[in-house]
Amino acid sequence: MSIVLDPLTPGAPHAPADPMAPRPYRVTRSRQDTRDTLTLELEPVEGPPLTYKAGQFTMLHVFGIGEVPISISGDCTRPGPLEHTIRDVGSVTHALVSAGPGAIVGVRGPFGTAWDVGVGRGGDVVFVAGGIGLAPLRPAVLEVLADRDAYNRVVLLYGARTPEDILFEDELRVWAKEHGVAVEVTVDNGQHAWRGKVGLVTALVPRAGFDPRNTIALVCGPEIMMTYVAAALSDRGVPDSQIQMSMERNMKCGVGLCGHCQMREHFICVDGPILTYDRLAPLMSVQEL
Amino acid sequence: MADHARLLDVEGLQGLISVLVAHGYTVVAPTVREGAIVYGSVTSVDELPRGWGDEQDAARYRLRRRDDDAFFGYAAAPQAAKPVMFPAEELLWRGRRDGDGFAVEQGLPDGPPVALLGVRACDLSALQIHDTVLAKRQWVDVRYAARRADSLVIAVACGSPAGTCFCVSMGTGPRPQSGFDLSLTELLDGGRHEFLVEVGSERGGQLLAEVTTQNAAVEDVTAAEAVVADAAQRMGRTLDTDGLREVLYANMESPRWDDVASRCLACTNCTLVCPTCFCTSVQDTADLGATTAERHRVWDSCFNEDFAYIHGGSLRKETGARYRQWITHKLGSWIDQFGTSGCVGCGRCITWCPAAIDITAEAAALRGTPEPPRAGADTFEPTGSPA
Repeated sequence: MSIVLDPLTPGAPHAPADPMAPRPYRVTRSRQDTRDTLTLELEPVEGPPLTYKAGQFTMLHVFGIGEVPISISGDCTRPGPLEHTIRDVGSVTHALVSAGPGAIVGVRGPFGTAWDVGVGRGGDVVFVAGGIGLAPLRPAVLEVLADRDAYNRVVLLYGARTPEDILFEDELRVWAKEHGVAVEVTVDNGQHAWRGKVGLVTALVPRAGFDPRNTIALVCGPEIMMTYVAAALSDRGVPDSQIQMSMERNMKCGVGLCGHCQMREHFICVDGPILTYDRLAPLMSVQEL
Repeated sequence: MADHARLLDVEGLQGLISVLVAHGYTVVAPTVREGAIVYGSVTSVDELPRGWGDEQDAARYRLRRRDDDAFFGYAAAPQAAKPVMFPAEELLWRGRRDGDGFAVEQGLPDGPPVALLGVRACDLSALQIHDTVLAKRQWVDVRYAARRADSLVIAVACGSPAGTCFCVSMGTGPRPQSGFDLSLTELLDGGRHEFLVEVGSERGGQLLAEVTTQNAAVEDVTAAEAVVADAAQRMGRTLDTDGLREVLYANMESPRWDDVASRCLACTNCTLVCPTCFCTSVQDTADLGATTAERHRVWDSCFNEDFAYIHGGSLRKETGARYRQWITHKLGSWIDQFGTSGCVGCGRCITWCPAAIDITAEAAALRGTPEPPRAGADTFEPTGSPA
């Protein structure tokens, strides 16, 4: 027995709701962000757009090539195309960044936990991003900015490899100038023309000027960077339960069934990807966990 | 038990199989194949492993002739019911290019319903663990759930534990406790050959009603209780589960992992024979023109190097880290995730480890206690490590 899935009504009476079945989406726009990173805008071929929360991810499928988990980088506070910002690092991501307007890709999701920015209302917010890690943070930044008056100081600390790798550069200016976000950017390697900071993003934490006890921190980047950033935030007095991090693990299903993403007791796909540092600290210090 | 218990003779067992077949079930039961107990489709009691037992120890498995005609006189077969309900490879969907896009056709189980006959208490617990993991959470493996919903389970109490068994330690056996439609205890006392039958579900009762049975006497129930009580005394291994999760969590950095890694081949045998291991991967296949493609779910193992691969490399390059993941998940973090241990004490990972690595010994070493005693196995004199 095999049945044709109706993409309009997943879980319709004739078909069990199968989280493994992709739904076709059309690429409506692709925007080159940096030399190796591109943002895809997607709209469903049929049916309503995806509703999601900041921090959630989808499984993106390229027909005949494969599937990867990618965090949503779009604005969940207003309707619009589904956005993913993708770095070209493997066969599937290469096929995705090569998929021009009109191409069809498969989408499963949204899956996983969300950034909780609401818990920080009335206090300061510190975003700390490393490289492509700015992309999963973007929906949370936009969610805070959509309700800017509810927050005090908003800081974005961002580390990129080189000035050419800085993502969403125009937007960073807008966030700083029009929304009062203290944006601090540092790079690992800067050429002579670079007049900004050089060094690790961790070094920006002590001088970011936030009220530690009354701050939420949202962190996304390579795990080694997050480990040091979280420790630096914790050292400044930010409670571990107020440090939220987006974790990356191998994922084949996205729904807690394949087992690949386990970090001891956590299924990063369903218990995460957003987890607080109080739950992660004992695990992040262990090699090869 | 006595209120509901019935008595079935060998002819009645055949009658039960025939009734199941008549109701459209494929009866999957133990058979002897290639020197091992292997589950297969049967229609006759003659296909069951009558008169066969087994000998098991670390890295050792042998069938042996019993001195009686027991149908179920062996311990854990190399595989539990796992491959029946949760195949090693399964079609998720088949896609065809369709203009710019593609159309997806879902793969679903299409075989007749399965009646599992001869499920041990350990494996019955494993089946219930799989139900929890795969079919009772937010997201469901729809193929497993469909197959399980149609299935029937006839458990058989274990009277012949092997040298690698420790179901008593895990609280899963040797008597099937729940989750069965019917449960049999094979009675060979006093030269008879009968089965005490316990009904575990309405469906089981309905099917049994179509078979010629007799009322069980109190003595029959007592005899059945003696079978499992005796088996419980003859576990080949023990595992101290008290605070074991905490022991494992406290030993994330133990030198024991390097010690295990010096022996472990990362061959994945333990995860393949484990009745609760559920990790899978997906495989995509496409024709040369990429006009059609299929996506399959396949068993995977946390011992494979690419299991924890993310951009930049594997998160668990060292074999010791992979063994730590496996045993910590099985005996520790499983409890956080699903409320029970992931180990049912079937002993397969010990038997089928080519390097004779013993989960009970590793757990004891991490606890810092001497290796647990291995007394009582009736079937096998250990002959030392295989050459």
